[in-house]
Parts: sequence; structure tokens; C-alpha cells
Amino acid sequence: MADAPLLELKGITKRFPGVVANDDVNFELAPGEVHALLGENGAGKSTLMNILYGLYHPDEGEIRLHGKAARISSPREAIDLGIGMVHQHFMLIPVMTVAENIVLASEPKRGPFLNLDEAEERVADISKRFGLTVNPGARVESISVGQQQRVEILKALYRGAEILILDEPTAVLTPQEASELFEVIGSLKEQGKSIIFITHKLNEVLEIADRITVLRRGKTIDTVPRAGATEESLARLMVGREVLLRVDKPPASPGKALLQVEDVRVIDERGLEAVREVSLQVRAGEIVGIAGVDGNGQTELVDAVTGLRKPASGRIVVAGEDVTGDSCRECFDAGLGHIPEDRQLRGLILDFTLAENIVIHDFRDEPSSTFGWLHPRFMLSRAREWLKAFDVRGGGPDTLAAALSGGNQQKVVVAREIGREPRVLVAAQPTRGIDVGAIEFIHRRLVEERDEGKAILLVSFELDEVLSLSDRILVMYEGEIVGEYAPDVTPEELGIAMTGGGREKAA
Amino acid sequence: MSTDEGSEHERPDPPEGGVPGGPGTDRSDAPTGGGPGGGGGGERLARWFSGRIGGFLVPAAAAFLAFLVGGVVVLATGHNPLGAYKAIFEGTGLNVASYFSEDSRQSAWGDLQQTLIVFTPLVLGAIAVAFAFRCGMFNIGGQGQYLVGLFAALYVGVNFDGLAAPLHILLASVAAVAAGAIWGGIAGFLKAAVGAHEVITTIMLNWIAVFGGQYLFELGGPLQGANPSVPRSETVVESAQLPEFPGSTGLQPLHIGVLVAVSALAVYYVILNRTTLGYGVRAVGFNPEAARYGGIPVGRNYFLALAISGAFAGLGGAMDVLGWKFTVATNDIQVSDVGFIGIAVALLGRNKAVGIFFAALLFAALRTGTSTRQLDAETFPPELAGNLSTMIQALIILFVGAELLIVYIWGARRRFRPAGPVRIQPGLKQ
Repeated sequence: MADAPLLELKGITKRFPGVVANDDVNFELAPGEVHALLGENGAGKSTLMNILYGLYHPDEGEIRLHGKAARISSPREAIDLGIGMVHQHFMLIPVMTVAENIVLASEPKRGPFLNLDEAEERVADISKRFGLTVNPGARVESISVGQQQRVEILKALYRGAEILILDEPTAVLTPQEASELFEVIGSLKEQGKSIIFITHKLNEVLEIADRITVLRRGKTIDTVPRAGATEESLARLMVGREVLLRVDKPPASPGKALLQVEDVRVIDERGLEAVREVSLQVRAGEIVGIAGVDGNGQTELVDAVTGLRKPASGRIVVAGEDVTGDSCRECFDAGLGHIPEDRQLRGLILDFTLAENIVIHDFRDEPSSTFGWLHPRFMLSRAREWLKAFDVRGGGPDTLAAALSGGNQQKVVVAREIGREPRVLVAAQPTRGIDVGAIEFIHRRLVEERDEGKAILLVSFELDEVLSLSDRILVMYEGEIVGEYAPDVTPEELGIAMTGGGREKAA
Repeated sequence: MSTDEGSEHERPDPPEGGVPGGPGTDRSDAPTGGGPGGGGGGERLARWFSGRIGGFLVPAAAAFLAFLVGGVVVLATGHNPLGAYKAIFEGTGLNVASYFSEDSRQSAWGDLQQTLIVFTPLVLGAIAVAFAFRCGMFNIGGQGQYLVGLFAALYVGVNFDGLAAPLHILLASVAAVAAGAIWGGIAGFLKAAVGAHEVITTIMLNWIAVFGGQYLFELGGPLQGANPSVPRSETVVESAQLPEFPGSTGLQPLHIGVLVAVSALAVYYVILNRTTLGYGVRAVGFNPEAARYGGIPVGRNYFLALAISGAFAGLGGAMDVLGWKFTVATNDIQVSDVGFIGIAVALLGRNKAVGIFFAALLFAALRTGTSTRQLDAETFPPELAGNLSTMIQALIILFVGAELLIVYIWGARRRFRPAGPVRIQPGLKQ
């Protein structure tokens, strides 16, 4: 990049009690550049961007914009300086229209009233200018997640953003939506906007970034051009060691069916049929992956299989035992393990210690307790053993679960579910939102469990995960299984099936 | 606080200008460079407030502030606040060890006995609130549970004359515990079965207990005592009266109920932390979804927690009626507020055994120290003191509550910042 940098972050240091989140970080952004900020969870990416966006004040270092030192002490000032941020969780008001959301806080007025016509006009105008098609009159709650993201981007552009920070923008998108987003980023770049793209996904970085800055443990590791970078080289920079990106697994040798789901229907809390007559089988020694966009009945199916929700009809058999409509405890007793999709909502009690969390399924049984008396010593020793076996860092058996990072929390959940030696393991989003190192570890453990003859049902919104772990892939769409694929299927083909395109083919 | 689920991306964000000595310092999460995984600013602040240091400092500061404001009011009435507080303190008997002459020590010991008599039901009433709270419920029904326990103990204590003393006391106490447990259990059952909110049901059960008691002991009521012109019960027979605390003196000596109350704190702690029952109760209290996933029957724990809460409150009623009241009149039922003060005690004591001990002592001391009988009328008029006491109690609650407000405001502030809990994603409703 020959141009003078538009933005420079120099020697940024930010300390939090007990932790240095950013340690002498340097970052620069050229005009019209897409610059990826890559790092594991907790590497300090968000802290750095929050400093740039005025949410935090750095302890040391300076921000230079157009070559001049800038002091940004609030998002409002950041916006005035032409910095816009699209957060991972959208900040939209669902009941308001697209136009209303976009002009919020700087509405065109007619007297004291909102001039809605002008608002819609202005929105249509910028929407056309940047090639971001949205319907200004649609309510935000009625449009897709990808569209909502566009609204967020338009909101930033409406406020005059020259620099756009996108925080893990693809985390909530389907593969198709993601590639549309990449097109949008391309056209923004052509219009001279500069983009900071925060992510921990290597393939995305290689697809759209001009340059890549890697952070690890709060430090800038390197800034590299895309040319010459590979997934392997980036992963090494990110993690600090060689990482096995593809799961290395021998072919499956499935045995008899351990999990049978027959014609299961599930009604969700809105009274809608979320799962429609789904049948599937998982045999000992195989991993069956369910791919699909979030909200197509996967959650409800997993709930039904694991006893959290009673199916409206159908039959569920775990290791030969009919558990249809049984409680969670009965399912667990039948030999089921369940890594729930949300470790903070279900998987862990954050205010419990790790030792307490580890015994949640069997605290009433020997040897965790006798006649209602807990045996803390047993709980501690089991926790110590399992935490070590699963390489949980950042705390011991006495640590509160809340104190661990996401990846380590997830390892605790996995340790507990695998540690109990279930015959059938349901793994829902087993690596959601955790870093590459922890993902690698959990994937390896899942394959090991498979090789020991466990039946594993994997549900994931991450296509890569489904593709690399599964021995068979089922695609779920609108509550139905719409197709079965071998693991050598292309992501594109799966993506089409996931959005309903494969229906005819499967029928 | 809502736990923002998922935590898909890093959240290493303690509040700026971080709270000194916050949890970040002792929870080393350094390897990942982030702070506690699930903590937004408000949550962190909440954790600090409930942590070890904050858990002691904040209630102490709330109490101190309350006394400070109370002092300003005393000043405004033209009295010397220090003198007033000194007189109140001397009225509590807590200064018993500071006297050298036998006489004044005796007199202080007499005052202290009164404080401890008030202390006893406050402890039990507070446990009733705290136990339910640890299961995620707000038990406003301590008063009703206390009253039905008192009635049950009274009934057994008045009848069954001729039983051996220990047996009679035991029987009366068991009856009280059972009555309280039923009263709490009704609310628990309703919550578990049909989802009726415990705040509503326990308040209604309070009134049923009050008016039920009125009916029992009013003129012509089924349990009215021998004097037909007084709406008052019979008196508990001697074999059911609690023994005096060793070394007690005076017309209204301290009874051994105070030991029962302190033991109840130990029982409370042990049940909660050392038994599977307590594990389930706490799991449901912290996170009912995770508890359900772990195979813990959530509804049954709601029932059990409220029943056990009621048992503690009922026991408080037994201690009062078997220890020093011995009889109850309809107007006693109306003016009694032990169960409500219990809420304040639990709040100030943060639902911890040790906290409840000190909070109950403080409230008991305030009530005794400002009572007409105890306070030196020369220094500070007792009728003012009674108001001052109520005011200070209210201020303490206000300031303890203000802490929650700080946490809430912090949380609300977070909502307008990144990584807030705004989620527009189908299929994952909490």
C-alpha cells in the first residue's frame, strides 16, 4: 500500500484488572482497503475496535486519523469522525421499519414531526448508491438476518462512515448470505470506503481481505498481505503453533444402530410444528451431522431426543431403550450424553464451581453423594481428573464457571458429557464461538469417541464442521430432513439444500 | 441480569474505570487475554457486589449511610445525634462487656436479653426469605408462615397438658414447623403446578393467616381463652414453655430459642451447601434451564424450597409463643411484622448465614434500643426514637436496594453498547 494510511493505531495498550487486553498494538488502515483483524476469541480484537469506536479509552498509545492525532471518547465522536461499526448482535428495533431504523437519532424532520417520506427517500438513495438493496418500508422483524445486517451497514453509511468496522459479520449468516456480504464489501471498497473486518475464520480472510493483521493474547503478531498467506500460515500466527485444520480421521466402521428417531414431530412454544416427522438413525462408531440454517427445527429435534421437550408423536430409542417423552434424567440414564447448543443457558450453571457443574447429572447418585449428602472430596477429585484430561485452563475445580473463557467453558461441558461414557452423544454446536485451538481439541475428542464405538449426532450451523466431522450428512430445512449426503459433498450443494433448494431432489 | 447467551465473540470487557479489586484480579484468565467469559459490565459489578469483599462492605456502607442520614434528622429535631445513638446503643445491652460494676452489667445483660429475644424470630424469618431466594423465589409470605407456626405451637402448647416437658416442646415445635411448611408449600405447589407467582400467592396466604388467626381467637372464636370478654388465647402450659437461657434474669427472661435460631443458621448453611437438596435448590435458583437439562425437577424444587422456607418461619412462631409470649391476642396478630422485617434482614444479610446473623442482630438492636422501656427518656424522647428506628430500618433497605439499582443502571447502560443482549434470531427463545 503506497497510500498514506487513513488510520493508524500506535502502541495501543489497554489493561483491565488482572489482564492486559491490548499490549502495544499497532494497526493501520489504508484508504479503500479491506483489512482483516484476525485472532482467537479473547485475543483483544474487540477491545481494540471498542477503543477505536470510543467505548474504551486506551491506557497508552494514540489514534491518528488522516495523519492527525484524534481523541475519541464516545461512539458519537467516532461517528462524527466517519467511523461506523456493525456489531455482531444487531442494534435494531424490530418493530420499526428499515428506514426508521436507519435514520434513527438523526431523523429528517417536518416541523416537530418525523418526515417519513424524506427518510425513505434518503434511504433508497444511499441504498442505490452502494448497491445494498433493502425495502425501506419493511419492518425489521420481518426481514432476514442478512437483510438486517445490510440495514446496519446502511445505518453506518447514512451517518457518513468512511471507515466501517464489521465485527464477525458472517457469524449469523448462511453461506449464500455471506457471499452476498462479500460482494457488498467489494462494492463499498470500490466506492472508496475502508473496511476493518474482524473474524476468526481463516477462509473468509483469504477471500476478501487485502491485508491481515493477526492478534494473539493482546499483541500484534504480524501484518501480512493476502498474497502468499495460506490457512495454515494464518492459523500458525493465530495460535502460535501448528494447527491441524482438517480433522484427520480413519473411515468409520459403523455397528448397530444406537439412536433411532422414528417419525418424530415436535411442536414449539408458538404452537407451530417445528419438527415434521423426522426419522434418522445413528449407528455405533459413526458421526451423523445435521446441517441447516438456524431455526429450521434442529433445536427442537435435539430437545426432543434429549428429553427437554416431549415430542408430539413418534418414537425415540437410545441404546435399545425407548425414551420417548422421558425426562432428561431418564435419557441420561439410558446412556445419552448431550452437549447443549448453548453452554451458558444450559450447559453450565455459571455461578456454580466447576466441581459442582461436573456432577450435575449424577449428584444424587453414588459416589457423588450418599443419602442426600454431597461428597465434595469426590466432586473435587473427579473435576481435577477431568479438567486435566480435557486440558481446561484458567481455573481449577473451585473456580466459578463464569470465570472461564468460552472455549474453556465448552471444554468443561464436553468433559462432563464424554466423561460419563455415554453410548450415544448428541453434540449441538459443540464449538460455537470458541477459538481454533479449542475447536481442534474438541473435534479430535469427538472422533476418538466415535472410534470407541459411540454413536454421535452432530448438529451444527457451521458447514465446515459438519463437513469435516461427519460420516453422513443430513440436511434439515423447515423441520424436515430434506436430504442425505456423503461427506465429500461440496459446501455449495449443501448450502442450496439448506435453503430449500434440495427439496425436490431428496423427495 | 440477563446472561447474554452464546458469547460468540470475545467479551473481555470489564467496565471502564473498573471497580477496584473486582473479580478480574483474582480470576486469572490471562491465557486467553480476556476477562470472565460471560460477564458484561453489569454482571461483573453484580458479581463484585456479591463477592466476598463487596458482600461485606456494601451492606456495612448501607447501614452506615442510614445512620448518617438518621443523625441529620435527629439534628434537625434539635437533639444531639451522637447522644441519641449512644442512648439507643446502651438500650440494646450490646455494651454488656464494657461495664465494670456488677450492677450496670446486670442491667445491660437485661437489655441484651430483650435484644436477643427479638433477634430469634428475625433470624428464622430471614432464613425463610433467604432459602426461597436461593431457589430464585421471593418469599413475601414469611409473616403468614410465622403466624400459622405460632398458632400450631400455641394449640399444642395449650393442650396436651401432662406431657413430659421436652416431649411437649418438641411436639409443639414440630407442629409449628409442619404448619409453616404447609403454608409455604401451598405457594410452592401453586408455582410448580400452574406457575402462579409466589409473590402474589404468599401475600394472599399472609392475609389468610392473619384473618384466620382473628377468627380463631376473637370473641366466641373456637380457640378463644377462658375469659369471654377478651379476644385472647389460652396460655401455653408450663411443660411446653421453653427453658430459660442459663443466667437469664428479669420478668421476661431470655429463652433458649436463641440457640435454636443460631443452630438454624448452621442447618441452613449445611442444607444449602452440603446436601443434594441444596444443590438442586441452588441450581434451580441460578439457572432453571440448566437445572432442567441436568435432570433436576424444577417444579419440585420450587415446592420444596418454599415448604422449607415456611418451616423455618413456622419455627420462629413457635420460639416466640413457647419462649416468651405464651399467649396471643387478636391485636398481636394485626401488629406483628416479624416476617416482613425478616425480608429486610435477609436482604441486608445477602441471604448468607453469617450475614443474616449480623443483620438480625442489627435490626433487633435497633428495635430494642429505641423501645420506650429501654431508652433513657432524658437523652432522647422514646416516641421520636421509635420513628427514628423505623426510619433507619427503611433507609438501610433503601441503600441496600440502591446497590441493585446501580447494577441495574449499569446493565441498562450496557444495552446501548456493543455485545448487548439484542438478538434477532429465530428458534432460540429463552
